[in-house]
Amino acid sequence: MSLTLEKKEEKKEGLKQVIGRRIAATGNYAAALAVRDADIDVAAIYPITPQVQIAEKIAEFVADGELDAEVIHVEGEHSALSAVVAAAATGARAFTATSSQGLEYMHEILYIASSLRQPVVMALATRALSAPINIWNDYADAFGMRETGWIMLFSENVQEVYDNLVQAFRIAEHPDVLLPVVVTLDGYILSHTVEPLEPLGREEVLSFAPKRPRGYRPVLDPDYPITVGTLGTPHWYYEAKYQQVVALRESKRVIEEAGREFGKKYGREYGLIEKYMMDDAELAFVSLGATASLVKAAVDRLRKEGVKAGMIKIRVLRPFPADEIAEALENVEAWATLNRAISYGAAIEEPLFTEIAAALAVRGIVKPMASFVHGMGGRDIFVREIVEMYKKLDEIRRSGRRVKRTYFWGVKGHDPEEDQAM
Amino acid sequence: MALSKPVRTIWDIPREERFAPGHTMCQGCGAAIIMRHLTKVIGKDAIIVQATGCVEVTTTAFPRTSWLNPWLHLAFENAGAGASGVEAALKALKRKGVIDPNRKIKVVAIAGDGGTFDIGLQSLSGMLERGHNVMYVVYDNEAYMNTGIQRSGATPLGAWTTTTPVGKKMRGELRPKKDLIGIALAHRIPYIATASPAYPTDMVEKLRKAYETEGPSLVHIISPCTPGWRIRNEDTIKVARLAVLTGMWVLLEIVNGKPRVTVKVPKRKPVREYLKLQGRFRHLTDEEIARIQKMVDEYVEEINRWVGEQAIGPVEE
Ligand SMILES: Cc1ncc(C[n+]2csc(CCOP(=O)(O)OP(=O)(O)O)c2C)c(N)n1
Ligand code: SF4
Ligand SMILES: [Mg+2]
Repeated sequence: MSLTLEKKEEKKEGLKQVIGRRIAATGNYAAALAVRDADIDVAAIYPITPQVQIAEKIAEFVADGELDAEVIHVEGEHSALSAVVAAAATGARAFTATSSQGLEYMHEILYIASSLRQPVVMALATRALSAPINIWNDYADAFGMRETGWIMLFSENVQEVYDNLVQAFRIAEHPDVLLPVVVTLDGYILSHTVEPLEPLGREEVLSFAPKRPRGYRPVLDPDYPITVGTLGTPHWYYEAKYQQVVALRESKRVIEEAGREFGKKYGREYGLIEKYMMDDAELAFVSLGATASLVKAAVDRLRKEGVKAGMIKIRVLRPFPADEIAEALENVEAWATLNRAISYGAAIEEPLFTEIAAALAVRGIVKPMASFVHGMGGRDIFVREIVEMYKKLDEIRRSGRRVKRTYFWGVKGHDPEEDQAM
Repeated sequence: MALSKPVRTIWDIPREERFAPGHTMCQGCGAAIIMRHLTKVIGKDAIIVQATGCVEVTTTAFPRTSWLNPWLHLAFENAGAGASGVEAALKALKRKGVIDPNRKIKVVAIAGDGGTFDIGLQSLSGMLERGHNVMYVVYDNEAYMNTGIQRSGATPLGAWTTTTPVGKKMRGELRPKKDLIGIALAHRIPYIATASPAYPTDMVEKLRKAYETEGPSLVHIISPCTPGWRIRNEDTIKVARLAVLTGMWVLLEIVNGKPRVTVKVPKRKPVREYLKLQGRFRHLTDEEIARIQKMVDEYVEEINRWVGEQAIGPVEE
C-alpha cells in the first residue's frame, strides 16, 4: 500500500492528518480511532508498554469532547477487565487494552468475561512475558489466552488493527455470539509503526457495528432483575460450559459474515484465514500477525527463484479455522508453521503446529511437516531466515524424514537441527 | 422504593422482604440478617455487585437465587472494580439518554472481610479513590469462612482459626485486626460507618445514609458466624451486642471526616464477657484476656479522644 501525503493539515503525535480519507497512523493510534469511531461508553485504562498510547489517546479524545465515554482510571488490569465486564453487563459498549504482564494479571477475569458472555472488546499489543522482563514483541501473551473462551483476531498491519476492532464490536455484541473479542497488534512492530490508514469515521462504523443491536437488553436491569455469576454446582456447570463451546463454534458464521460485508462496503474483505500464493503452492508456511508480512516477503523471494512457495495467514485464532486450514493445506506437498510463541514442555513446543497437525490428522491428511519458532522477545526475524526455513522444509519434503521437534531458529550459538537428535 | 425517611424505631424498617428464603446460610448466620436488612433499605432500584464468599455461594446456587435485585458476581477480589464498572456504565448511559437520566439507580458492592481487608483491598481503594457513586458494605465475620475458617487481616488478636491454630508454641491469631476504617478515612470519602446487627435501627439508618450519599460510602458491619466463632446459633445477636457493650466494636459514623459515636456505652462490660461466649477464644488465659482488655481500653481511649467526648465509658464489672 503506497501512501501519498498531500497537504498536511495538522500534526499530532502518531497521526498526520492529510486531505482525503487516508492518514498515517501507528497501530496504537488506529486502535484508539476505532474505539472512538465505535462510540464506546466505558473504557478502563491502565498503562503498559507497548499499548500505552491507546489509553492516552482515548483519554485525549474524551478530554477533547471527541468521544463521550466514561474513562475509569483503574488501579490495575485485574480491575480493568472486571470493570469493563461489569459495564458491559450494565449495557455499555466497553473497551480496554493491555499487553503482556497486564494480560497475565487479568487472566482470572478473562475466563469470567467469556463465561458470563459479556461482549467486551480488548486490544492486545502483543509482548513477551517476564522473566526476564522484556517489552518487545512476541505472541506468548496471546497464545496463553487461547483457552479462555475469547474470540481472537490477529492483525497484520495498522489498517487491520482498525478494521478488526470495528468488526470486533459487531461480532462481540451480535445476539447469536455475546462473547468477548480480543484484537492483537504486534508490539512496536504495529503499535508504534506509522502506516497508511483509512479510518471509516463514526457514521460508517456505527452503521456497520450498530450499538445495542436486535435483541439487546442490559443484563443488569432493575426492571428485569436477574442473578449473574451464580454458583454452578456439578448439576449445571457442565451445561453452561457446553453452551460456551457451541457459542464459540457458531461465532464463526458471524465472523465470516462481518468480514464479507466489510469487504463489500469498504473494499477490504476479511476471512478466517488469508491465503497468499497458495493456488499452486507446494511448500506452505502458516503464520500470523505482522510476522505474516515477513513470510509473504519470503514467498515473493522464493517465487522469483522458481520455488512454488505459498503461505497462510491465520486471522482468527479462536475459534480455530480448522476446516479452512485443512482445505488450504490439502494440496501442498509439505507445510510448516512459524510462530513467536513457545509451549514449554509440550509434545511440539510451537503451539500453532499442534493445532494444525491435529486439524489435519483428524481429517486424514498427513504429509511432511515442521514447526519453527523465532522472534521471541522482539528478536528480529529476517526475510532471508524465513527463506532458509522454506529451504529446510523443502529438504524435509525431499528426504521424507520425520521432524519430531520444533526448530528454534536464530538462537545464538545453536544449530536448530541439534534439537532433532535430542 | 428505597428507604427514604430516617429510621428511629424498629417500625421505620420496611416490612417488605427482598431477600428470599431458601438460601443455605447456617442457622444464626449474622450475614443473613445483614443482607435481609440491606435489601430492605436499597429497594428495587439498586444493582448489587458481590464478591465471592459465604453470602455469594449460599444465595445463588443455580437455578435458585435469593436476590430480587439485579446482581452480579465476578470474582473474589474485585467487588470494588465491578461496582466501578456498573457505576461508570450507568453514568455514560444516562448521559447518552439510553437510561432515563432522572432515574436513581444505586450501585451496591458487598464483600466479606477477606474480599475487603485482604485480596480486595486494592480494588476497594481504587473505587474509593476515584470517587465512584457506590455504597460498599463489608460483612465482617473476621475470617475466611467460605473456605472453612482461615484467618484474614480482620481476624482479632488471640482468635483461633484453622490457620491460626492453638498449639504448644502459638495460641491463635498473633496480630490485632487491621484498621479498615482508618484505611477508608485515608481516602477521604463522604460517608463511613460501623454497624452491628444487634442494633438494627442504627444499622438500617446507616445503610440508608450510605445509600443516600453521593459518592463512595462504606459500611463495616460485624457479622457473627456460628461455626467460625464457635457460638450457639441463638447467640448471634447476643454476641453482636456484647461486641458493642465491651467496646470491642464501637458504633461509629464519620460524615465528611467528622466522627461520631452513634450508640454510646456509658458503662463498658469487660471483654471477658464477649470472649467467653465464643469457642474461638476458649483457650485464652487470664493473662491473654488481660492483654486484649488493655488493647480495647486503649482503643476506646483513642475513639473518645477522636470524637471529643467520653462516648464509651470505663469498664464496670
Ligand atoms: C482469587 C481467589 N483466591 C481464593 C479464593 C478462595 N475463596 C473463596 S471464598 C474465600 C473466603 C472468603 O472470605 P471472606 O471474604 O471473609 O467472606 P466469607 O466467606 O467469610 O463470608 C476464599 C479464600 C477465590 N475464590 N479466589
Ligand atoms: S459459615 Fe458463617 S458466615 Fe458462612 S453462612 Fe455459616 S454462619 Fe454465615
Ligand atoms: Mg469472612
